[in-house]
Amino acid sequence: MENRPLEYDYTVAKMFMFTTIVLGIVGMLIGVILAFQLAFPSVNTILGEGLAEYTNFSRLRPLHTDAVIFGFTLSGIFATWYYVGQRVLKVSMAESGLLMFLGKLHFWLYLIVVAAVVVTLFMGITTSKEYAEFEWPIDIAVVVVWVLWGMGLFGLIGIRREKSLYISIWYYIATFLGIAMLYLFNNMEIPTYFASGGIGSWWHSVSMYAGTNDALVQWWYGHNAVAFGFTVPIVAMIYYFLPKESGQAIYSYKLSLLSFWGLMFVYLWAGGHHLLYSTVPDWMQTMGSIFSVILILPSWGSAINMLLTMKGEWQQVAASPLIKFMILASTFYMFSTLEGPIQAIKSVNAIAHFTDWIVGHVHDGVLGWVGFMIMASLFHMAPRVFKREIYSKSLMATQFWIQTLGVVLYFTSMWIAGITQGMMWRAHDEFGNLAYSFIDTVTVLHPYYTIRGVGGLLYLVGFLMFAYNIYKTMSARPVEESELQNASPMGA
Amino acid sequence: MFHWLEKHPFFFAVGVFVTIAFAGLIEILPNFAQASRPVIGTAPYSTLELAGRHVYIKNSCNACHSQLVRPFKSETDRYGHYSLSGEYAYDRPFLWGSKRTGPDLMRVGNYRTTDWHENHMKDPASVVPGSIMPAYKWMFTNNADVDTAYAEQLTVANAFSVPYNEPVPMKDGSTKIVKMGKNLAEARALALAEAKEIVADMKDQDVKDAVARGEIPEIVAIIAYMNSLK
Repeated sequence: MENRPLEYDYTVAKMFMFTTIVLGIVGMLIGVILAFQLAFPSVNTILGEGLAEYTNFSRLRPLHTDAVIFGFTLSGIFATWYYVGQRVLKVSMAESGLLMFLGKLHFWLYLIVVAAVVVTLFMGITTSKEYAEFEWPIDIAVVVVWVLWGMGLFGLIGIRREKSLYISIWYYIATFLGIAMLYLFNNMEIPTYFASGGIGSWWHSVSMYAGTNDALVQWWYGHNAVAFGFTVPIVAMIYYFLPKESGQAIYSYKLSLLSFWGLMFVYLWAGGHHLLYSTVPDWMQTMGSIFSVILILPSWGSAINMLLTMKGEWQQVAASPLIKFMILASTFYMFSTLEGPIQAIKSVNAIAHFTDWIVGHVHDGVLGWVGFMIMASLFHMAPRVFKREIYSKSLMATQFWIQTLGVVLYFTSMWIAGITQGMMWRAHDEFGNLAYSFIDTVTVLHPYYTIRGVGGLLYLVGFLMFAYNIYKTMSARPVEESELQNASPMGA
Repeated sequence: MFHWLEKHPFFFAVGVFVTIAFAGLIEILPNFAQASRPVIGTAPYSTLELAGRHVYIKNSCNACHSQLVRPFKSETDRYGHYSLSGEYAYDRPFLWGSKRTGPDLMRVGNYRTTDWHENHMKDPASVVPGSIMPAYKWMFTNNADVDTAYAEQLTVANAFSVPYNEPVPMKDGSTKIVKMGKNLAEARALALAEAKEIVADMKDQDVKDAVARGEIPEIVAIIAYMNSLK
């Protein structure tokens, strides 16, 4: 009895796996629609003139970014936490009724917030700040959801059997603290209804910060929401799932230590690179540039640690589609964290800022790194959570190649579009007049917008294959006797 | 030390928090007092302009249009003088944007007219052939939310001492007083008076009729806002 492995309870993990997939489909579908709206403006009225207000680019754009960030990615973070947390702390959720209750409450409140966000953004209720569009009542609900997660997180740590915190836990703790701090400060706002004695909309608020200060706080938030939403928790995932799936120990503890504390210290400074040549003070812009370049060190530290973990075991990359996903994810992480600092150099930023190159950069990070890693994590979790083998390994391999092609089409077309437009904006003729009118620099982008749309569509198709594969795993495979114990079911 | 921290989650969390909070403190705090002073020529938004700004935000215009002219010849040639920090003193939230799918609008009031905007919002490609901007026809039928704009004026006047009903220095040495209603009825009347000046330059008969009835369609408010961007 004493030697029996712990039975972990994946109830909450399963719930968040479900929202990861559903909100992933929603967010990516809206993304594809937006991409085609830019290539073919008639798509703006895809559901007719009467509904144009709700289907046009500007109303859908915040829905896309928020569905992918706070829907797909955040669900993925929660799903993996409720799986990884128990396993590395060696304690089951079932051991504490309170933690189980908090976990379920966390999920249902999260779902309510998601519903509120979808409705309000469709109605055009927004504060306009990117990735912080929600008005104050939703902000309060978000804080409650976040605190519930924090209580569950520290509660589980509190009753742990494994005294030493594994690397992934460091990153989950940092995710919790980082987002909490950023979200609170960026959303400081005064509800006008109450401040004016009951006039106008009750949900409307006005920012506590004005102009340049507001921009500074927003991009301190905006950039680091990327840090603590798209980097830190995804690194938490790869530190757990890659060693588990490959059966290889992490290459270097010291490197992980250096990367973690380096990332924590450096990342927050880099927000200034969103504000180069703006009206924020020069020294801040310069700090933003410099720290962005320094950021290569901790980012590559983690990525190299991952690649070296596979040392001597590279045949697994060929044999296992799941390892392929994770290795490509860490490669895209390296790629994206090199590209970002290049764009943060002032002279490069002068061309790149405001163009599609930035959009391309975001997407090679999000599609290649975040998306691939979350799907890989769920692929690893599914056989253990549902006690069934993955439905189809070949479908998984096909999905991998379709999505890889999609990402490559996406970022190459956006590179060309961005640099073309940046160069055309600044071009002068021999007499010193502007060489192009603005619309010239828009119409020239049509082919690249079309290619990008196709790239996005391929990625969405791959994601639907992923959803189908997981669904079939849940429903069509025979139940295994006990949790699958082998290191790599895919490699076998 | 790190081994010890990894066994003591509380101190670990404190360590992480101090490390990440450090940069924010140093970067953000020192700038706060300095950057929020308005430059000469910058006046607060009138009720109608603010209602128009809300329409701009409601439709996420900032997703495709920036309001930040960078100090390059190509930008000042195209859009006018580069942006100054104090010009944004009354912008809550800021609307710099992060992507120029369409052109910058920081000083659009200097080179576009009411008439141009009216045609453009109805059918962008009719004014700018090849435009990929969607039409915003619902702005001609939806009414602007003047009450909320007034509530915001009251809030910022009380909380941040935004100078409504006070003389504000202009570039030519004169002063300008931006009026804010003493109560909701007065605020609505001020907005309507301003709306009547805008529709005088418009062609759409339904919009003209609506304003004559005392309503203010969103298109009128957003044009008032864009005309104020100089």
